[in-house]
Amino acid sequence: MALSAPERIWWKPLGRQERLWVGVSLGFLMILFLSMPLWPLIEKQNTPNEFYRVSPAQFTQLVTDFNAKYKVGAEGGVPIVRPPPGDVYLAGQQWRWSSILELQQGKTYRIHTSSLDVNHGLSIQPIDMNFQLVPGYDQVLTLTPTTTGDFALICNEFCGAGHHLMVGHLRVRGCCWPPA
Amino acid sequence: MLLATGVMTLPSRAAAGFASRICQATGLVVDVAAEKVIAANVVAAIVFMVLGGVSSVLVELTRAEWLQAMAPGLYYRALTLHGMNMLIYWIIFFEVACLYFGCSIVLNSRLVGVRLAWGAFGLMLAGALLTNATILAGQGDVLFTSYVPLKASPLFYLGTILFAIGALIACGVFFASILVARAERTYEGSVPLVTFGLITAAIIAVVTLIGGVFTYVPAFFWSLGLMNLDPEVYRLNYWSLGHPAQQINLAAMVTVWYMTASLTTGARPLNEKLSRFAFLLYLFFINLGSVHHLLVDPGLTRVFKVFNTSYAMYLAVLGSMIHAFSIPAAIEIALRAQGHRKGLFGWLRKAPWGNPAFSATILSMALFGFVGGTTGVIFGHEQINMVHHNTLDIPAHFHATVVAGTTLAFMGVTYYLLPLVLRREVLWPRLARVQPYVYAVGCTLHIAGMMIAGSYGVPRRTASLAAENAQHLFAQPAYWGLALLGVGGTIAAVGGVIYVAVVVASVLFGRQVPASAEPFRLAPVHTVGGVTVTSGVAAKEHSAPGALVLVFVFLAFFILVWFLNMWRLASVWPVS
Repeated sequence: MALSAPERIWWKPLGRQERLWVGVSLGFLMILFLSMPLWPLIEKQNTPNEFYRVSPAQFTQLVTDFNAKYKVGAEGGVPIVRPPPGDVYLAGQQWRWSSILELQQGKTYRIHTSSLDVNHGLSIQPIDMNFQLVPGYDQVLTLTPTTTGDFALICNEFCGAGHHLMVGHLRVRGCCWPPA
Repeated sequence: MLLATGVMTLPSRAAAGFASRICQATGLVVDVAAEKVIAANVVAAIVFMVLGGVSSVLVELTRAEWLQAMAPGLYYRALTLHGMNMLIYWIIFFEVACLYFGCSIVLNSRLVGVRLAWGAFGLMLAGALLTNATILAGQGDVLFTSYVPLKASPLFYLGTILFAIGALIACGVFFASILVARAERTYEGSVPLVTFGLITAAIIAVVTLIGGVFTYVPAFFWSLGLMNLDPEVYRLNYWSLGHPAQQINLAAMVTVWYMTASLTTGARPLNEKLSRFAFLLYLFFINLGSVHHLLVDPGLTRVFKVFNTSYAMYLAVLGSMIHAFSIPAAIEIALRAQGHRKGLFGWLRKAPWGNPAFSATILSMALFGFVGGTTGVIFGHEQINMVHHNTLDIPAHFHATVVAGTTLAFMGVTYYLLPLVLRREVLWPRLARVQPYVYAVGCTLHIAGMMIAGSYGVPRRTASLAAENAQHLFAQPAYWGLALLGVGGTIAAVGGVIYVAVVVASVLFGRQVPASAEPFRLAPVHTVGGVTVTSGVAAKEHSAPGALVLVFVFLAFFILVWFLNMWRLASVWPVS
């Protein structure tokens, strides 16, 4: 009975069934553990591991320069930006995204992400990839969009009264777009 | 000791030196002063559960999308209220009650520092009321996590600090009482497994509350404009509080499983060494897992993330795997010893399903294990986390652990605490009988709804999907999931109302428990020296083939869920 003190000597060997279950469980859990360090050898989806300190003011400047350089239009007051493969700057702030990015399928971008005020979530939907934006930090997502289409950027970290309105766009176009 | 052997040694307690009575059902010596503090904490727990419950209905009817019960501003306020009251106040008041029970009554001893225990209760109550008032006044719309630099009124943080200090004092009273019981030799040899599990929970609680100090004290000064606070440092500190708080729940819940398994079927721990070792694994490794909240955060390296979120190579998870076998196996052996030997699962069919403490325990174990446990381990996988972080999958996971798991287990044991500690006959036993089923069915549908919507990427903590709908972002099944979330949540709320109604009615109007009346028979019951005693059945066989089959089914399901998630991860864009 679990409510009563055990008998005087309770340090007893495990039964056959217990040994079996503990052994099998431990084996499975070790495989599960190894799958994390070994995953990069198998597939290409890995948690970003590159980040820098950056103040919101510095990051605002980086985003402004980037948007000015690659802006091709605007939609609802948000600049549409079509950068070449390489460094991209994307900021979240209450309650909007700094640009609508138009990326090319199969090309690799280094997307610098940060927040200009409070925590935000960067959720790319419906492909369902999710990252955290923390003010004061630039997290670099080395991302290769492999499917084309119109995607949404949803903030999925609570960021204040207008949190649910913080939905933006991300577009991925095929190899031969835009026409030269 | 008396329960194990069925031998009573009552006279020695007559000169105990504290006001006590002998429990007519278990033969335990009950410290009357402890009983009152326990009752106060249980009552407070239930009051805050009602507050959290009312807000939960508002939250879920807003998330059901088609209903939109509340405007966004009110939704975030109700969500903050729901999180604080359910995850902190309901559960921790109840756990403090469990701690006092485990350090006094279970050990045939007294509660040391009763005045301190009341002081702790006062501080916790004051803190909980202050934070609740701040939220209701609209000065704390920062949700449960209150991530800096999202700012609440300083009173929000102050209330939490007061509550934490109170809880810390309660842990001190618990440890002191155990030391005194040991010194006064009220029990012999090692402490009972239930107390051992509660000691684990209390040690984790102390570590957690120290994390709380590092989180809320700086946040309090920051909110007054007296210091700067790095948002990522806050997140790291916050989760040294936020997740370990759930590990207290885990340790307390597993302890309650052992306790109710014993009380309802007479089960004895399969192997004391193994069960205690499993608790020890929790103690050493489980708090590392808190880092899984930070897997897609900047500022933390891969090695740090992998080591910590694997709970140090999943050794803490091994603890849960051990309990997953040892508790059902103990129940199986006890029921087989009572003659239910037919086939692999005859014991399961003949189990006391009409006893709400038993059904609550089994349902809690099944939902916690199959849904909460598997998803917890898998969503906390370094890479897989990317396809779940902050989607509705996350609340689906933790509602399976703390609601369908912990809350349901605590509801179950309440049906024993009522007659044993509060000394009230359970009123409306037929209603009590169906309560765990109603609650479990509601939780299951609610969680399934969140899981479906979350698998389409629907974000958590979001008042309305109007902006997403404008882009026709989510497929139709995501909305069926949200509707199911509302339906299930409502059914669960009905189960919650039944629970609160039965408990409140029993406390207010129930008859004092006489020696003979037991609403739910404590099985098997023996009478020793005129005192009714539940005792463990001395099992001759030490084999639990049915439970072994069940855990292997569980393992197969676990592996399947893991593979599905790996496949899903491999289908998204390459990223590093």
